[in-house]
Amino acid sequence: MAIDWFPLWLSLRVAILSTALAAVLGLWVAYWLAFRDFRGKEALDAFVTLPLVLPPTVLGFYLLVVLGRNSPIGHFYEWITGGPLVFTWQAAVVAALFHSLPLLVKSARAALENINPTFVRAARSLGATEKRVFLRVLLPLAARPVLAASAIAFARSLGDFGVTIMIAGNIPGRTQTIAVAIYDAVESGNGALARALVLVISAVALVILWAANRVAPPRTAG
Amino acid sequence: MILARLKKRFPPGTDSAGFSLDVDVKTTGGITVLFGPSGSGKTLTLDCIAGFVRPGEGRVMIGDDILFDGATNVHLAPRERRCGYVFQNYALFPHMTLRQNLEFAAAFRAKLDRHRRVSAMLERFRLNDMAGLKPHELSGGQKQRCSIARALLAEPRVLLLDEPAQGLDPALRVELHEVLRSVRAEFETPIVMVTHDLAEAFAVADEMLIYQNGTILQQGSPAGIFEKPATAAVAGVLGLYNLLEAEVVALDPGRNTCDLRYQEFDLHGPYLKGKFKGDRVWICVRPEELRATPRAGRPGMNQIPVQLHRATQRPGAMRLEFECGIQADLSRAEYEPQRHNKDWTVEFPTAAMRVL
Repeated sequence: MAIDWFPLWLSLRVAILSTALAAVLGLWVAYWLAFRDFRGKEALDAFVTLPLVLPPTVLGFYLLVVLGRNSPIGHFYEWITGGPLVFTWQAAVVAALFHSLPLLVKSARAALENINPTFVRAARSLGATEKRVFLRVLLPLAARPVLAASAIAFARSLGDFGVTIMIAGNIPGRTQTIAVAIYDAVESGNGALARALVLVISAVALVILWAANRVAPPRTAG
Repeated sequence: MILARLKKRFPPGTDSAGFSLDVDVKTTGGITVLFGPSGSGKTLTLDCIAGFVRPGEGRVMIGDDILFDGATNVHLAPRERRCGYVFQNYALFPHMTLRQNLEFAAAFRAKLDRHRRVSAMLERFRLNDMAGLKPHELSGGQKQRCSIARALLAEPRVLLLDEPAQGLDPALRVELHEVLRSVRAEFETPIVMVTHDLAEAFAVADEMLIYQNGTILQQGSPAGIFEKPATAAVAGVLGLYNLLEAEVVALDPGRNTCDLRYQEFDLHGPYLKGKFKGDRVWICVRPEELRATPRAGRPGMNQIPVQLHRATQRPGAMRLEFECGIQADLSRAEYEPQRHNKDWTVEFPTAAMRVL
């Protein structure tokens, strides 16, 4: 029988996009948490960590409320793009983004705080702006642990089920990601499809784990 | 001219004693050495000048520019201060080659100009052959030169060095001192350097500041301080002297002498201005100024009988350490025949006696 590979390609697209977004957003948040003092710092830390401990369906429910067609953000999105955000593949990206962000923030913050502060001092005393310190000194020194975390985040995005099904739904050929497709296949008694998808996703996860271990060095920056 | 009047208090914590810094550093150029024991506030002074640490109150100026002023709440960011800082561990960026490290410091220049200046600096510090290497591939001396070159490329108005010779072997130390002296001559950048190595302070300093417990005990030329420590505390920090507590017994302005009592012994010293009979004073003499001789008969004028505790090898001479704590130097040739003798006399030449 012919296997429909659409869920795999969709999942890969969602995971790549959400990981890229999570890396940028996560580094930015981690930088603030690691180097700046501001009111509500611990609250921000707790807020970005929350998805790690919340049940995915709860996180999905919150996102549905915040991004739904009746919410201001949902309205705004609809006004910009002409269509709703929820129950599209873009919503799956948002789901994966929030699901993997805590991982990246946690490890990026640890990586940044692990950098010997004299490198930052040296760069500043040589006249570098904070932006230059970040781009030329902090980022390269934190790159490896952040890349490793990104790989894990990618795997997590690839396999997200609960959040995705809440806000992107299960529309075959449009929002059905691989994790959802496997559930669907089992439910409808399509064992062959489920087995094929499970094998593929397991192989991909193994490769990612191996790559993450390769890129994460035992040595610490600085 | 560099001026730093700094006050900063660190209240005692649960696991640390309190510390307070209260110093007034003023230097006009050349190499200024901050000398003192660990934890006396030397590096903190550098950090306050560079802007890494904000002093509680005071003022930091270079020339006519105010970098920090507690009263008017001026506190420039480190990048606006143009203070070249050479860190104890060099702080070369590990992900950049040596040349990239230098280029980072010259980023404010146009590309061609930057390339030319970096090349000139590599040449100047004999780093040409290693320009493409990463810091972990360099030797200690090369890293040292690279971090000085990098600091200079940013055109600093002062060069701050934090224990630059830490971890270098003696030959490299000498080379470093050579580099510092040539930097002083060539770049006309004032240098402020922290060390707790006395030989290093003497090797390079034009001006020396003696630190202890967050205050400056004495400021002056190394030779001047060596010849005449201002207080017993300075002599203690330098660690080069016998310090004997004594009492003024008599003062004779006519003959320009005084009588001092150290334990049960009488010593004749130079006349003491501003001291009175009965004052407690410190006699401060260097071991090489004392004359140690095997004891023969009654001790004469300014001689004290002493028991030898042990003798240790010094580069120049034997150092005899006596039971009472006095130390005296003796040439090896003179000591060798007397190596089993325990009974000695030390003589305090009147001219050598500093009384503090």
